Order: sequence, then structure tokens, then C-alpha cells
Amino acid sequence: MTTASTPQSAPASVEGGVATKPAPAKTRSVTAGTPIGRFFTYVGVAVIVIYCLAPFYWMIVSSLRRSTDTFSNDAIPSPASTQNYQDAFASGNGFARALLNSLIVAGTTTILVLIVGTLTAYALARLEFRFKNLALGIIITTSMFPVITLLVPLLQLFTDIKWIDTYQAMIVPSMSFALPLAVWILTTFFQQMPYELEEAAQIDGCTPAQAFRKVILPLAAPGVFTTAIVVFIASWNEFMIALAVINDASLKTAPVITSQFTGQFGRDTPFGTIMAAGVLVTIPLVVMVLLFQRRIVAGLTAGGVK
Amino acid sequence: MSTVAAPAPPVRKKTPRLRSRTEGVGRLAALLLSPTFLVLGLVVGYPILSAIRLSFYGQPGVDPETGFVQEGQPFVGLDNYTAMFTGGEGSRFLNALGNTTFFTIVTVLLETVIGVAMALVMHKAFFGRSLIRASILVPWAIPTAISGLLWNFAFQADGVVNAFFVPGDPILWTTDAWQAKVAVIVADVWKTAPFIGLLVLAGLQVIPAEVYEAAKVDGASPWKTFWRITLPLVKPALVVAVLFRVLDVLRMFDLPYTLIGAGKQSVETVSMFSFEQAIKFNNYGLASAYALALFVYTAVVAYVFVKVLGADVIGARAGRK
Repeated sequence: MTTASTPQSAPASVEGGVATKPAPAKTRSVTAGTPIGRFFTYVGVAVIVIYCLAPFYWMIVSSLRRSTDTFSNDAIPSPASTQNYQDAFASGNGFARALLNSLIVAGTTTILVLIVGTLTAYALARLEFRFKNLALGIIITTSMFPVITLLVPLLQLFTDIKWIDTYQAMIVPSMSFALPLAVWILTTFFQQMPYELEEAAQIDGCTPAQAFRKVILPLAAPGVFTTAIVVFIASWNEFMIALAVINDASLKTAPVITSQFTGQFGRDTPFGTIMAAGVLVTIPLVVMVLLFQRRIVAGLTAGGVK
Repeated sequence: MSTVAAPAPPVRKKTPRLRSRTEGVGRLAALLLSPTFLVLGLVVGYPILSAIRLSFYGQPGVDPETGFVQEGQPFVGLDNYTAMFTGGEGSRFLNALGNTTFFTIVTVLLETVIGVAMALVMHKAFFGRSLIRASILVPWAIPTAISGLLWNFAFQADGVVNAFFVPGDPILWTTDAWQAKVAVIVADVWKTAPFIGLLVLAGLQVIPAEVYEAAKVDGASPWKTFWRITLPLVKPALVVAVLFRVLDVLRMFDLPYTLIGAGKQSVETVSMFSFEQAIKFNNYGLASAYALALFVYTAVVAYVFVKVLGADVIGARAGRK
């Protein structure tokens, strides 16, 4: 470990809040010196990883126990059993359908929000016009509103126009938090792209609209993709709206169905089955997190929300 | 971010436009912004106005002669607002408001302390960065409702929390008392402290190493360095992160609902109480009044954050090029 300071390591590599690979060499030089300090860092890292993963690990191992030893405290289930997973998919629960419903609702919300949000974010990041900060301020402010304030009147409206028990009754209110989130993250991504791109395009005779369509949009694809992941996760996790506007079991989303599992034998809560369903609802998101962790961190620190 | 340096693809030439550029830009901006404002007008603007109207109306009455529920809701003036402070509903509302405030203060304080500590460790970690990053995203990615169910299981009388921390004399965490509050706080802090850590880490990474080297040369202790350099410099990132957490806890619903259950006084938040009034009793007027009260409360808190603590939400983005 070289503790010597490297003067040429200018702060250029940390733009956007997320240090890219070359940065750590200089930032660590101050601290990682002493063996004791290094030891505490090791311990700290271990504590963080255990803190974050232990409850999730417990959900997985509990889901893999037999129903007779649901409350066993062994770290590894023995014997392991997939009975809980079979029970979760038992026909009475409608869990497979619920996963599909979640996919439809979160997927549609994400696509709609990206179409609308990309255009707006581009304008906010790149065009100079009056009331720009006001527009951005309004969009950000709407994301701070409590969802319940929007939900109660919408519930009455949806009852009147017969939207209760429809997908759109979940998708439309979800846009109230998903759209500001998307606009915000995308705006940051567009701001990070060099202005020279459009200047070159416009010198070549492009209008601002053409510069956006032919130059910016293809190059912004990674940012749009990141935004899609973050928005999809936020919509997939939505609970209150889906709980309120759906009575028909075949249209409920996976988190709602999971929270409403009841035992086959009277009052017993089927914890094993609930944990199995919880793992299944979470696994798609955890896979995304593992695959795209760097992008997600970039998106989150850009958006700073949820 | 590193991929944007590619050269611009060739673009076809077009005849120059006659109209002035600024006019064109303004029109283009309006065109690009209008879909977003249309959607937000429908899903945010309209409901807020509608909630204000609804809050002056009561439940549909029952016709005394036929016994049928009457059409439409009667106008009740400010009754729904006075009901916030009087009678049984009033005491439940004030209890919910107290719970909401209590959860907000306690969880955000704990999350901030744990989150900053996490960020400091992550910043110094010279190995396993991607392992830490992946594990820190796991609590964030788990749906709040599912994490409520997970903690409900862990907090059962014969669950793992009792087995580990209070063996012999199990605490009934998920019943309706102070321990239910503790359960909610633990579950919420677990899920969101890593998120604060992530945002603070981003703030730490933009502090130039030279500042620390200067402090070291001047002989500053690590403690002093933290309070005099690190904390003031991450303050902008921290304040924005805390603001978002505060706004999020103020509308808390999923976690107490799935962890403890609906209608439990010890953990009932304003969102939950309003939700129950609307869903269970179809009392949209009262539910709207509660929801609007929460809205105003949230707005005041956000205003105080921006004015007093200087949470520069928009500037944080604009300055970051």
C-alpha cells in the first residue's frame, strides 16, 4: 500500500458523485496506513455485509425448511425442503398470476414513464428557456407528496368510472412517484453528456430536435437503461395503491398476495410459505442489483430518491 | 459516464431555419415538457384539488324511511377538520400523528448515524468494494411490504430475534404495544440506513484528498478531522438524503401494515388511518381531511429543511454538471 500522495491525481475522476475505477488510489492514501486502521476497516466491512445480508439470508433459509421446523434457528436448513415453494404456487394462492400482474404493472409504468420522462429531462438538462428551474422544482416537489393524499380522491374517481379492479388503476397512480423519479435521474445523465456533441450536430445543420433524436438519444441509452431499472424496482415494490384499488384476487400484485397468504389450517400463519413467496418476489430485484450494481448506484446517487 | 466520449455520428445537412433560434428552443421546450405536466396534472394536481373538495363532504347518510344508503355525500363544512381534534376519531388521529412524528425523528436519527458510519467504512475499504455495494443494495431492493413480512416472522414469540437477544423470556414484539414500535423502527432502520450510507459515500468521494493531507500536516486528530472537514463537506449530500428519508417516513404505510397490522394503535400512522377510513368505512371526506393534514405537515417539514438547513435539492443537480 503506497501511502505517498500522488499529486497528479486530479479530482477529474470523481465527477457525478460515483468514483470510477482509477479514483480509489488517491482517496485511500490518507487512511489505510496503520495496521490497526486496516483491521478496523476489515471488521467494519464485515459488519456492514452481515447487517445487510443476514435478514435476507434468514428469509431464504427459512423458506427452505420443512413446515414442521419453520421456527428452527439452525443456520442451514436440514433437511432442506422445497415444500414451501410448492405451497406458494398452490393453485388456491394465485401466486404465479400475481407475479405476472406485478410484471405487467411495473413494466408498463416503466415504459410509459421513460417515454414521457426522457423528452422532459432532455429539455431540462439541455435547453435554455424561461421558468426552467420552476419546472424542475414543480416536478421534484410532486414526488414529495404523500401518496395517500393522491390515493383517496383517485379511489373515489376510480369507483365512479369503474376502474376498480383494472391494471390502469394501479399504473396511473404509480406514475405520480415514478415520473418525477425518472425525470430527475435522466436530467442528471443528460447534464453529464458533453455539450460538444450537440454543438457538432448543430454546426452540421441539425435542429435541436434532430440533435436530440440522432445524437443524444443513442448515446444516452446507458442512462435510460439505469433509470429503467430504478423505476422498475420502485414500481415493483409499490404496495399501498395496489392494495387499495384491487379486490379481485386474480389482479393483485405479488407483494399484496404475499401479505394476504393465509394458512390452510385455521389460524396458523404459513410463515414458511410467506418467506418462500417473499424470496420469489425479491429474487428478480436482487439479480438486477447484482448485475447492474454500479449503474444502480450511479442512478440512485444522481436521483437521490427512494 | 465513461461511454459518452464517442464521436458524434455523421448527421445529414439541413437547410437553415428562418425563425429565430430562441423562439424555436422555447417552443421545443414547451413541447417536450407538456406530456410530463399533463400526466402530473392528472395524477397529482387533480387529486389534490379533489381531496380539498372531498374534505368538506361526509359519509352518505341512510334514508330513515327506506333504510337504503342515500345517493351522494352530504356537505358537512369543516366537520371533518374539527373531528381531527375531538372525539374518538380525533384521539386516534392525534395518536397517528404522534406515531408518525415519533417514527420520523427516531428512525431518521438512527439511520443517519448508522448510514454515515457505513459510508466512512466503505470509503476506507480497499477491498471487496463491489461486494459491499451489492450487499448494501439488497435491503434497498427488497420490497418494503416483503421486508415487513420478513421482520414479522423474525419478531415472532419463538422467532429468531427472541432466540438471539432475549432467550428465556421472549418478548411479544408483534403485539400492540411499545415493543411493536421497536420492531417497526428496527425494520425501517435496517432497510434504509444503507441507502443513506450510499448517498453519503457519494458525497465523501468528491472531497479532494488534498484537504485531508493538509489537515494531517497541521496535526489534526481523526476526530477533529471528521467534525471539522468531513461532516461540513458532506453536509449538502447528507441534508438532501435526510430530507428524502424524512419525507418518506412521514408517509410510512407498508412497513407497519405488514409487520404489525392494520388498526394497531401503537404503530398506526396517518397514512394508515386515512387509508382505513377510505377503504373500510368509505368515508372519503374524513380520509381526505387526514391525508391533506399529512400533506400540509409534509410541506411544512420540507420547507423548514430547505430554509433552515439549506437543503439545496435543485442546486445539488445543477451544480453537478
